[in-house]
Amino acid sequence: MASRLLWASRAAASRLRISPLLHPRLFSSSEIPKELKYADSHEWAKAEGKSAIIGITDHAQDHLGDVVYVELPEVGAAVTQGGSFGAVESVKATSDINSPVSGKVVEINEELNSSPGLVNSSPYDKGWIIKVEISDEGELNNLMGPNDYSEFCDKEDGAH
Amino acid sequence: MERMSQALSWVLLVLRDQGPVIRRFSGGGTVIVDKDTVFVTFICNKDAIPGLQPYPRPIMSWNSQIYEHVFDKACNFQLRENDYVFGNHKFGGNAQSITKRRWIHHTSFLWDYKIENMAYLKLPTRAPEYRLARSHTEFICRLKDYLARSEFIDKTISALGSHFSMEHVELEPSQQSLAADFVPSSREITMQEMEEALAELTSEEPAAYSLSK
Repeated sequence: MASRLLWASRAAASRLRISPLLHPRLFSSSEIPKELKYADSHEWAKAEGKSAIIGITDHAQDHLGDVVYVELPEVGAAVTQGGSFGAVESVKATSDINSPVSGKVVEINEELNSSPGLVNSSPYDKGWIIKVEISDEGELNNLMGPNDYSEFCDKEDGAH
Repeated sequence: MERMSQALSWVLLVLRDQGPVIRRFSGGGTVIVDKDTVFVTFICNKDAIPGLQPYPRPIMSWNSQIYEHVFDKACNFQLRENDYVFGNHKFGGNAQSITKRRWIHHTSFLWDYKIENMAYLKLPTRAPEYRLARSHTEFICRLKDYLARSEFIDKTISALGSHFSMEHVELEPSQQSLAADFVPSSREITMQEMEEALAELTSEEPAAYSLSK
């Protein structure tokens, strides 16, 4: 039997009621770590010399819900800026994690295998995901600082 | 009867019956895939729905609003936690996969089910709160008891049509153009992997067990 698909064009969403944000942000704009850089896909990078530690932001973990599994890359895997390197699985959804920088994975947070909830409870600290040896430090300039990221989140939430 | 963990008893059941097991790329729990299940999948670009944030709850909430126009009010349809229910009986489970530029949301509707197949569905580690202490058969209901299959399909199409302009497309698999380097994320779990899982589980549970046939 031939498959049948229905393709939908762009929605007249003004006729749809879109639910408001259900979970308030836990971090105020003043609590977004100042020393980190941020991607528009809601990952953060902490530069440490020629390396960077990477995780997802509090905004992301709050919207994703309780994390039950983190798909980690292999050590040695190559990552590219904006490219997916793994996934976070919450109760009903898997969501790609994208690298804010290009390089090679030199360390993964294996603690997340037994305690994936660290991504929720400590997104900027114990919930770190990978450490990357950066191939192009200039790419950090493509990322947002804390103030720009805060405005980005406010704009994104306000637009929906 | 010797006590066994749910995981161990499930693996034994699958190995006994040699049923194919697929690990899908999206989230969510285990479902039975047979003629008694109806799957509805939405594949959308990130900006396809103006005003919709590409996160689990907003997507699920938006999706539930489509089905509000499918079921009669007397059915008491609602999205409850992550499930579609009539009252407090589940008839649909949801799962999603979200990437940077697009998302998938699919619902597995329990059109009908065989009691014996429920044995394959182990109790989830995180059961929804509204389930309380109910067994599977007390918790779920059959969608076919509420409306005819053709009515469900037609009303779903109609509900979508009131919000989207739509086009029917007949697809032949051989005519689909797929990227040469596309590697499906979903894959079938081999019996060898199941046996390896069994070995791992039994090493953790040294109590004797038997493999029923």
